[in-house]
Amino acid sequence: MNTVSEKKSKVDDKKNQDKVHTKELSGAEAVLEACIAEGVETIFGYPGGAIMPIYDALYDYNDRLEHILVRHEQGGIHAGQGFARTSGKTGVVFATSGPGATNLVTGLADAMIDSTSLVCITGQVFAHLLGTDAFQETDVINITTPVTKWNYQITDAIEIPEVMAKAFYIAKSGRPGPVLIDITKNAQLQKFNYSGYIPCNHIRSYRPKPIVRKEYVGAAAALINEAQRPLVLFGQGVILGKAEEEFKAFIEKGGLPAAWTILGLSALPTDHPLNVGMLGMHGNYGPNVLTNECDVLIAVGMRFDDRVTGRLDRYAKQAKVIHLDIDPAEVDKNVKADVPVWGDCKETLPMLTSLIKQHKHESWLQKFKDCTAKEVEAVIEEELHPSTEIMTMGEVIDQLNHLTKGDAIIVTDVGQHQMVACRYAQFNQSKSNVTSGGLGTMGFALPAAIGAKYGAKDRTVVAIIGDGGIQMTIQELGTIMQIKVNVKILILNNQFLGMVRQWQQLFHEKRYSFVDIASPDYVTVAKGYGIEGNSIKQRTELKDALQKMLEHNGPYLLEVFVGKENNVFPMVPQGCGVSEIRLK
Amino acid sequence: MKQEYTITIYTENQVGLLTRIAIIFSRRKINVESLNTSPSEVDGIHRFTIVINVAEDVVRKLVRQIEKQVDVLKVYFNTNDEIIWQELALYKVPTDTIAEKAKVERLLRAYGARAVVIRKDYTIFETTGQREETDTLIQVLAPFGLIEFVRSARVAIIKDSKGFHEKLKEFEETAPAKHMLVEEITAEKAAEMDQ
Repeated sequence: MNTVSEKKSKVDDKKNQDKVHTKELSGAEAVLEACIAEGVETIFGYPGGAIMPIYDALYDYNDRLEHILVRHEQGGIHAGQGFARTSGKTGVVFATSGPGATNLVTGLADAMIDSTSLVCITGQVFAHLLGTDAFQETDVINITTPVTKWNYQITDAIEIPEVMAKAFYIAKSGRPGPVLIDITKNAQLQKFNYSGYIPCNHIRSYRPKPIVRKEYVGAAAALINEAQRPLVLFGQGVILGKAEEEFKAFIEKGGLPAAWTILGLSALPTDHPLNVGMLGMHGNYGPNVLTNECDVLIAVGMRFDDRVTGRLDRYAKQAKVIHLDIDPAEVDKNVKADVPVWGDCKETLPMLTSLIKQHKHESWLQKFKDCTAKEVEAVIEEELHPSTEIMTMGEVIDQLNHLTKGDAIIVTDVGQHQMVACRYAQFNQSKSNVTSGGLGTMGFALPAAIGAKYGAKDRTVVAIIGDGGIQMTIQELGTIMQIKVNVKILILNNQFLGMVRQWQQLFHEKRYSFVDIASPDYVTVAKGYGIEGNSIKQRTELKDALQKMLEHNGPYLLEVFVGKENNVFPMVPQGCGVSEIRLK
Repeated sequence: MKQEYTITIYTENQVGLLTRIAIIFSRRKINVESLNTSPSEVDGIHRFTIVINVAEDVVRKLVRQIEKQVDVLKVYFNTNDEIIWQELALYKVPTDTIAEKAKVERLLRAYGARAVVIRKDYTIFETTGQREETDTLIQVLAPFGLIEFVRSARVAIIKDSKGFHEKLKEFEETAPAKHMLVEEITAEKAAEMDQ
């Protein structure tokens, strides 16, 4: 231990770095040294045979690296994602070879499509056993190639410091993404001369940031200045680029109405006067309809997912499109850009702001307000203040808003509750919305909430989950029990796989095929895990039950029964254009 | 409109990169007509040559996805008139029928083929050329009992290319990407905007 900490202090002191004498370390220790050097404090993981040397080393590093033992590797990686999303740092996940590694795949795919910075370390069988169908051997590199930004197998400990440095650099830089490093057991055990950790800041074949072309910023500004009906669409790029302030300055100067994608949510406060709501299939009426009426569409850090655009040949055909993105592959991928502005929006937005004219666009903004009024009348009023006896998801979220005042981190799973939560939850600050957007991974929320809490320890974390999703990763209640992490679990139980049921109702003649899902008594299950809980069916109990959940000192599970066959509206049916959005 | 494109990829020499590149095509259900990997003009830099038959906007998107890979330095795509390309083919035929039924010399001259091996039982011809040329020789040799046929992947040189030596130096600098695909895309956008 002493030698290790002496070593560390030397590495920390960069001036002395040239004079550092090499020290013998095992590959496993070098992995942990790399984590410490990269500022990692929390690791989510699960041990097993092929990663035992790393776990053995972890026993001695426990004072500097907190390891959270999850109940399933999928839980571990979703926790890592939750951590990355609320902290803005890189999530670190450990898993063993074979099934440990394959259990990471869903999380990798989720992190890949939602641009989440992760470094996953998997153990692998001894190098001499590779390709022999050894116990718990699986071809992790090839299985994970399509769902990682980069992956690499280490068979020699000497490679560890450099490869770990590359892994952290690649995961975090440019458009972030998951990186997986597979380390054979012999490399973890191998002693080698460790000469310190040098962070990576350049890989010759890797260009995380394109150069900003001023002429295109100028062309974009000219289009915005001429626009009568401009509309800004913003995505997670604003959050990942830490450009929330720059973004706000941009839309405020131009008087530009701004609508968000599900991953852009919380980058701009909900009550900002230029926040015109959510895009896409279950988004707000105004931004969808007016996408097809605007004259200039300004996309910032978003990728025109099909859930946002609906039918592409009926999407914003009348508009000139400006696309700001750090990833050149996104430009023209789905929607052709008239003016592409490549680069980090932290740099490009201020350039653009300086070139645009002060504007208000009052009559255009009024159109959004008119649309909102229409939506309130047709959908929102009934959702938030239902005339029925049975509760709606919307009123639960609305009540939660009143109690948290928009300061909570909201973690959602996938389905109807996710759409309702994203539509109605209020946010005052960025990095507060954690959801599985691109991949739509049911079972995401419970483990992600654990990580989300570790990523923002002083904030309230509420995981809103449906009765389907909770049952996919319910084992993580065990993790919550063991580490006593203060997450609030709010189950919105409609006794159906609601979103699929909604589609079956609307598009499959109410043929409810395998959506009638039974639930256990969640309060009893929670009790078994030593977690306090409550279940309510009456509106009169709602406020107190939510308050009790929020005030409880520790994890808490609250189940709220909501209408069985409620639907989420508005809706842009699949195969329709955004202006064909249905209010009922 | 679909046509043949030759994609040239300069990469680091990294295990697993072939898969990473190949799955970009297979994920989109695009058939790779030909794929060759070889060293390039620069020591330590690998060169992939891939031929696909797709529409222009498809190849453009594919190229961006390939260039996005961490271990890929640079990607070019070209139509056939922008490159010089060759494929090598080998044909094994029974020596007796060739000797009896056709004048070997005449075949060699007509199709630019070269006999690599002549044994009592079989003869191996080799031709280097473009697809149509190597295909024609199959037709010609088929009646004589073509025992084996194999053709290599395409290798291609880009007519306008100045090679990769200078570009690599820029890649080794730590400054932002000058030679990302952005350069080419912006040029293309500029042309569109001028119209």
